[in-house]
Amino acid sequence: MAKHNNFKEKLIHGLFFLNGLLVVIVLVGIFVLLVTKSLPAFKEIRFSEFLFKANWNPTATFVTPSYGIGSMLVSTLMVSIGALAIAIPLGIGAAAYLSDVASQRVREIAKPIIEILAGIPSVVIGFLGIVLVGPVIAKIFHISNGLNALNGSILLAVMALPTIISLSEDALNSVPKSFQEASLALGATHWQTLVRVKIPAALSGIIAASMLGMGRAIGETMTVLMATGCAIAMPTSFLQSVQTMTATIAIELGEVPYNTTHYYALFGIGLVLFIITFIVNMISDIVLHKYQRVLK
Amino acid sequence: MNRFVRLFTIGAALVFYCNICLAEDMVQVKGSDTLINMVQKLSEIYMAKKPGTAIAVTGGGSGTGIAGLINKKCDIANSSRQIKSSEVEDANKRGVDPKRVVVAIDALSIIVSAQNSVDKLTVDQIGKIYRGEVKNWNEVGGNDLPITLYGRQSNSGTYDFMKENVMLGEYSPNLKSMNGNAQIAEALKQDASGIGYVGVGYAKEASGIKVLKVATKPGATYYDPMNSIDVKNGKYPITRPLNQYVNGTPKGAVRNFIIFELSEEGQAIVEKEGFFAIPGEYQAYNDQTLGITGTVRDDPMRPKDLGVNDGIG
Repeated sequence: MAKHNNFKEKLIHGLFFLNGLLVVIVLVGIFVLLVTKSLPAFKEIRFSEFLFKANWNPTATFVTPSYGIGSMLVSTLMVSIGALAIAIPLGIGAAAYLSDVASQRVREIAKPIIEILAGIPSVVIGFLGIVLVGPVIAKIFHISNGLNALNGSILLAVMALPTIISLSEDALNSVPKSFQEASLALGATHWQTLVRVKIPAALSGIIAASMLGMGRAIGETMTVLMATGCAIAMPTSFLQSVQTMTATIAIELGEVPYNTTHYYALFGIGLVLFIITFIVNMISDIVLHKYQRVLK
Repeated sequence: MNRFVRLFTIGAALVFYCNICLAEDMVQVKGSDTLINMVQKLSEIYMAKKPGTAIAVTGGGSGTGIAGLINKKCDIANSSRQIKSSEVEDANKRGVDPKRVVVAIDALSIIVSAQNSVDKLTVDQIGKIYRGEVKNWNEVGGNDLPITLYGRQSNSGTYDFMKENVMLGEYSPNLKSMNGNAQIAEALKQDASGIGYVGVGYAKEASGIKVLKVATKPGATYYDPMNSIDVKNGKYPITRPLNQYVNGTPKGAVRNFIIFELSEEGQAIVEKEGFFAIPGEYQAYNDQTLGITGTVRDDPMRPKDLGVNDGIG
């Protein structure tokens, strides 16, 4: 009987180990695929040209095709950073409200609603960008249309908010009760306690939440494809149309002839994107761990 | 026990429906956004007349459709441009022999907002605008307003057709790449500074936009793409055939559907959807593709010998 249990135990251990391993294998597999598929592109394109020139036109017929993704790199960063600039203040505010101000009842209603927001398909948000956010932007800034980087930023902010709110709230909740009590005992008001004690104490958790939100924003495709206007020129302001790296892959991978420089270059964009999100997630992970140690 | 009964019933129903699916003739049509509404309508009417045939029409752009034909993911590729020689090579390598059928004629329409004071352009001016050389409406007889360029994504046949037959150069990097004809029409309804291009079927049904008259050169007569006589005479400068590509001489359900599209009834539907029926020269060409006259033309890429205005060149 005991032996049988032991075997079962081992089997289950092995099974879970395999599950864990599978994730690592998939991650490494994706990385290897991206590297091997994008390497041939750099036989024909200089790496510095690929990364820093803003002249993406792989289907050119009247001039030689060019493969500079500089403007897309800038566009992706612009849209993501713009999204964070909108989502972080809103997200921290909402998280602080939920953890410190809202009554139990409000919290029970608001939390699931925020989680539902995370589940809205990106196509629907993109559609809102075209019919609602775009015209409003055009009206406010007196420009002819609202398909621009700002539109993308606003929509991505909406999409990143649930992540930022729920992780920031967790961080605020895990600040030891004693911190708050000490602050209040010293005569600080509720507001002072929140802003000067709790938020600084939870800061690394909030930063980690924001980085995860950024990871989501950088990788988002459909929304930006629909709402940012998709022009390849180097953007000089948030009111210009931009085309992100994800949008380029989505538009062009469906029709590109296999095993051409264009095909490999699209994998090259994928690789750059993978490295950026990897770094962003890594930083958020490191920050998160550090903060957990500090509080313990 | 009850649950098992229910599961069994669902399972049996699934098997039953799958059998129906398999018994039907499935035709997968994929490609051009310009053709999709028209072919959808044709397929609906055809399916109503011929139960037992299931036709699925999806979009994605001409390039996607042709790629689908090459990868054997569809039976018919809708394409608003002609197949490229590189694509023919690629297809041959994979054992696919693309054959072309012309199902309709399109007068590619240049559209602007209804508020724009410009109502005609020459082909040269259109080229300059899209190449980014003309940047303000006042350079082509309009108000002092910077031009906003709307076009299609690079997987679109219309994108290629404009570049190769109208612009004769590369697009300005400021081109906004839209997903389809309907999205361009929708954008121009709101944007007073915009210019766009759509298939004539979309130009006819859209509201809040203006369709420009086009002339081959300054001083020549300007023609309207919505005037069927001028288009059929070849006077409107930017006309093009709308194509379907199939693998080899079509057989069975694919062939029957194509014959329906080319029939008098099918061509009446084409006209009702806003495009134009094919002239006689193309009918003869299609007969050859379908193997009706016996000899099948090897090279599906030679429309110009047919004496039909195939662009502007």
